[in-house]
Amino acid sequence: MSNVEYLDVFIDESQEHLQLINNSLLELENQPNNLSLVSEVFRSAHTLKGMAATMGYEDLSHLTHTMENVLDAIRNEQLEPDDKVMDAVFGSVDDLEAMIEDIASGGDGKRDIEQAVQQLELALNGEVPEVPNQTANATSETEAMLEVGTVLDEGFDQFEMTVLTQSQEQGFTVYQLKIELDENTMLKAARVFMVFEILENMGEVIKSTPPVDQLEEENFDNEFVVTLLTKEPGTELEQSIRNVSEIDNVQMIEINVNELKAGLGQQESAATETAVLEKSVPTKKQPASSPDQKVEDSGSSDQQPKKSDINKTIRVNIERLDVLMNLFEELVIDRGRLEQISSELNNSELNETVERMSRISGDLQEIILNMRMMPVEQVFNRFPRMVRSLSKDLGKQINLTIHGAETELDRTIIDEIGDPLVHLLRNSIDHGIEKPEVRRNLGKSEEGQVELRAYHSGNNVFIEIEDDGAGINKDKVIQKALTNGVVTEEEIEKMSDQQIFSLLFASGFSTAEEVTDVSGRGVGLDVVRSTFESLGGIVEVDSELGKGSIFSIQLPLTLSIIDVMLVEVQTEKYAIPLSSIVETAIVNKEDVYSAHNQKVIDFRGKVVPLIFLQDTFDVQEAGQHDEYYSLVLVNKGEKMAGLVVDSLIGQHDIVLKSLGSYLTNVFAISGATILGDGQVALIVDTNALIK
Amino acid sequence: MEVTETTASQDLKVIVFQLKDEEYAIEVDYVQSIERMQTVTRIPKVSPYIIGVMNLRGIITPVIDLRKRFGIEEKKYDETTRILVLSKDNIELGLIVDSANDVIDIPAEKIEPTPEVVGSVEEEYLRGVIKLDRRLFTLLNLDKVLHDKQS
Repeated sequence: MSNVEYLDVFIDESQEHLQLINNSLLELENQPNNLSLVSEVFRSAHTLKGMAATMGYEDLSHLTHTMENVLDAIRNEQLEPDDKVMDAVFGSVDDLEAMIEDIASGGDGKRDIEQAVQQLELALNGEVPEVPNQTANATSETEAMLEVGTVLDEGFDQFEMTVLTQSQEQGFTVYQLKIELDENTMLKAARVFMVFEILENMGEVIKSTPPVDQLEEENFDNEFVVTLLTKEPGTELEQSIRNVSEIDNVQMIEINVNELKAGLGQQESAATETAVLEKSVPTKKQPASSPDQKVEDSGSSDQQPKKSDINKTIRVNIERLDVLMNLFEELVIDRGRLEQISSELNNSELNETVERMSRISGDLQEIILNMRMMPVEQVFNRFPRMVRSLSKDLGKQINLTIHGAETELDRTIIDEIGDPLVHLLRNSIDHGIEKPEVRRNLGKSEEGQVELRAYHSGNNVFIEIEDDGAGINKDKVIQKALTNGVVTEEEIEKMSDQQIFSLLFASGFSTAEEVTDVSGRGVGLDVVRSTFESLGGIVEVDSELGKGSIFSIQLPLTLSIIDVMLVEVQTEKYAIPLSSIVETAIVNKEDVYSAHNQKVIDFRGKVVPLIFLQDTFDVQEAGQHDEYYSLVLVNKGEKMAGLVVDSLIGQHDIVLKSLGSYLTNVFAISGATILGDGQVALIVDTNALIK
Repeated sequence: MEVTETTASQDLKVIVFQLKDEEYAIEVDYVQSIERMQTVTRIPKVSPYIIGVMNLRGIITPVIDLRKRFGIEEKKYDETTRILVLSKDNIELGLIVDSANDVIDIPAEKIEPTPEVVGSVEEEYLRGVIKLDRRLFTLLNLDKVLHDKQS
């Protein structure tokens, strides 16, 4: 294919359009009378079709085309968007998604679309009788309105005439445009597509010669004629089209439908030839044949405000951002080194410069990290569709509400959390929400509520999934945990409710009595937990029997640069993430007690066990001992522990690096970092130390 | 193996290094660099032959002591000690050897299967022996070394 270089753009944009279609369709289900939603879907579908045709993906463009017909019928209120119709449309969107995915993974985007097309056509024809005869013919031919007329440039069949008359009555002006492309245009179809996009933004194209599909296949010389309904002034229209490059000439005339009707079609065609040079002939002379100018949107006026609120953005490949990040990480390491040198030299000018540099690089760091941030919407926006089809499959009624979709997270985290969140959502819907009849008997509303929330708090992002379903049966969990040998009875006795619920995340756990297709496929919640934990996250669950459950996930904002406390253990240096530190303290040795062979301290009235890093990490004795202990108090959820070190060096921003793939599962070490002096310091995974 | 070597595609370019009094060979394609001994940060609770990680131009690289790995008596690191940095399948690994100094071409027919007993080195880490003139090299099984699962 010659347009490989456009492929990435094509895939990106197609996915965006599909998402838009999905969202609007879902909204449409809730408010079936909101025709502006249909227009939105229609526009996206149309753009998608144009792009697909340009790129040569026939199946894709064919299916979109058929879908467009259905949408068009809905838009023109010839078709009621009922369940059957929506299912057909959703079905074809699934097919479209599959095709785009295939293309994205290097396939040819071919797919058997017979069934989807058939369903769409059935949906379309199912309602046809209600529609006036001519329109029915026009739409049921799987030909868009635009392609109906096969007469010459200026000829309009009766149906088109009706459309023209009606729109003129509604205050639209009819223009006929003849657009000439440069002889040397390489991608004619692309230009045509651009022109059509402009036209459709400003009004509605009701006819083109040659027909659109032929234009898209580049079956034309260098010029084509379109008929447009618009409320925009002609000058602006012409200017916008001229802005498209490789357009040689635009000729436009206004058409008076009444004259046309009067059988002056012939004269009209002559006018096309003569009046062409003067674009400004009768620009604003609106044939206001109907005094009551009903401002009824047919998708043109509601588009205008949209344009202005589009942010100015550019697309940047994520790889480039990664490279930028890597370079910046190098800089952070050198910054550390400079800081160290300057503190050794103690030269005031040098100190000042280094301080300034540190500040600037701090700002830079914030910007770079921000650039990698994406709204969780990226992940959340596929959930409504999933919940919709899931609730249909399971025969449950579910209302999913999403809050805080705009909350931002690092791209690397966004990429990872999709699947585990799907798992949790499915879990809530499958095991949590009861069937409608059960809910009714319980006095709940038949429709189950599932709420998905995301919000910021400190250096973390929280994601919560709450349902008002059956809740978790504690006894069942205990029983299951005991039979599976996850815990012993003694352990259970000491556990709080929340700890018991957390057993759900233990390996090999599934409380579903009947294994459905949805969840309980052997992949347990333990996988969910380990995925989140590998991202530095924590999963918790709380539940009230009969009232519902809530799963909450705590995630770090970003992964690569973290704040740590550097400590020394004999001669070795370790980094402890600030996020897990409660505080640091120095205690006298005599304040340490022994309980069950475990050294503990009394810290603010709480008994906190001590962990001697020198012993835990088998650090060689180097003869450094004081009469007091330096402590770093860390926590994991509710639990606390004091890490005993020899000295506290201080707080640093460090770049988290992996230990490489050769080393896997190193005990209590989550990674490494390069210090200012070029040495490697290991990062302590405090969660592994607290039992 | 290089495409340009199609005529002699059976040939192998190797780096020769020394451990105690034996010479070993390793394919040059996977050797990213040869470094002098440098500071290595110890990692707690791993196999004793993994001596730690080093900072190799910004990349954290694990380092293993090949003498320890093969159960050869230990020797103090000195001026001739080298770290061979291997890189394959996204795995980076530094091997500490007594010295490394030669790059030679070996015709394929010179590679012979490993004899039953070759010193004390575990057989699975070897891919064959090479006899060239009067020298005898043992060819290291790179995949085995890199994918060595620590206990």
